[in-house]
Amino acid sequence: MAMLHTVNKSPFERRTLDTCLRHAVKGAGILLIEDGVYAAFDGTVVAEKIKAALADHKIYVLGPDVKARGMKDHHVIDGVQVVDYGGFVDLVTEYDKVQSWL
Amino acid sequence: MSEPWEDDELEGPVRKFMYVNRRAPYGTIYALESLEVVLIAAAFEQDVSLVFMDDGVYQIKKDQDTEAIGVKNFSPIYRALEGYDVEKLYVEKESLESRGLTTDDLVVPVQIVDKNQLADLMEEQEVILSF
Amino acid sequence: MKLSVLVNEGPYQHQAADTAIQFTKAALEKGHEIMRVFFYHDGVNNGTRFGVPPQDDRNITEQWTELAKQHDLDLVICIAAAQRRGILDENEAKRQGKDGDNIADGFRISGLGQLIEAGIQSDRLVIFGD
Repeated sequence: MAMLHTVNKSPFERRTLDTCLRHAVKGAGILLIEDGVYAAFDGTVVAEKIKAALADHKIYVLGPDVKARGMKDHHVIDGVQVVDYGGFVDLVTEYDKVQSWL
Repeated sequence: MSEPWEDDELEGPVRKFMYVNRRAPYGTIYALESLEVVLIAAAFEQDVSLVFMDDGVYQIKKDQDTEAIGVKNFSPIYRALEGYDVEKLYVEKESLESRGLTTDDLVVPVQIVDKNQLADLMEEQEVILSF
Repeated sequence: MKLSVLVNEGPYQHQAADTAIQFTKAALEKGHEIMRVFFYHDGVNNGTRFGVPPQDDRNITEQWTELAKQHDLDLVICIAAAQRRGILDENEAKRQGKDGDNIADGFRISGLGQLIEAGIQSDRLVIFGD
């Protein structure tokens, strides 16, 4: 029974990403959406956190939110998968339930 | 007498519902309105757990006196939850301790869980509501 | 799959409503059933027909109305949250002695029980908020 967690706030604005990572069990998926996408990039102070989390979780980032924020050409951390809204829907149905960290 | 918007008695499965409270009271309406969901939801006789974590632990802090801010003090409602058969109230240990609080500071009896126990509890749920 | 959506924030102020619309559209395109979209907290403000956003940008309420029409969606506004924030249908306006109503097409006002029912009967409940 794997859970999909969504994080919609920037890791620099709120501690939601931290809280999510502290409570996501091994095998859970994490989808970064809206302002949460800023966590997906190399070269930030939270990049190591995401890289470490990849050991236990599949991590996804919502492409349309990346593009909207002008981050398309920045390097998404290796292993983080870019999905579109269709992919978001697929993740919701593939995982057993969704927890939105607001 | 039932109002037009009241739902008929629902038959169906019993699901494990968890309400996750992470925000302080009064600064925003989430604490109050999520409590209103819990009270209405009680009629549906589901398997309900309430979690207070991060700033959510402040929602059940004792001695709330809201007169000077001119806002209704809704903390007594937490004591009424038992009467609605909502008995599984969990508080995250780390959230409480990092805020310098203990269970003596709370208006209701709760079960303290650490972050790993809470993670496991969350995994058991079928529907998780965040506000 | 049978999906339900909860929208916790009003239009424009947060991206929640936009993301919810895009998610709902994508789910429908994939052939899933949207059992209900429930609006709570400031989310009820998605349901006012009096919004006049700038012409060169999206009209979120109209997007919901259009989606509801095309796909027969059940858009439900929580009555308690709506009363607080002044979203009324004709019945509510009469009941509350107000001189007008403002609910948009495709939305209906009902109780929180509709959210719980969606949680019980849907395969997944996805929440968009702040």
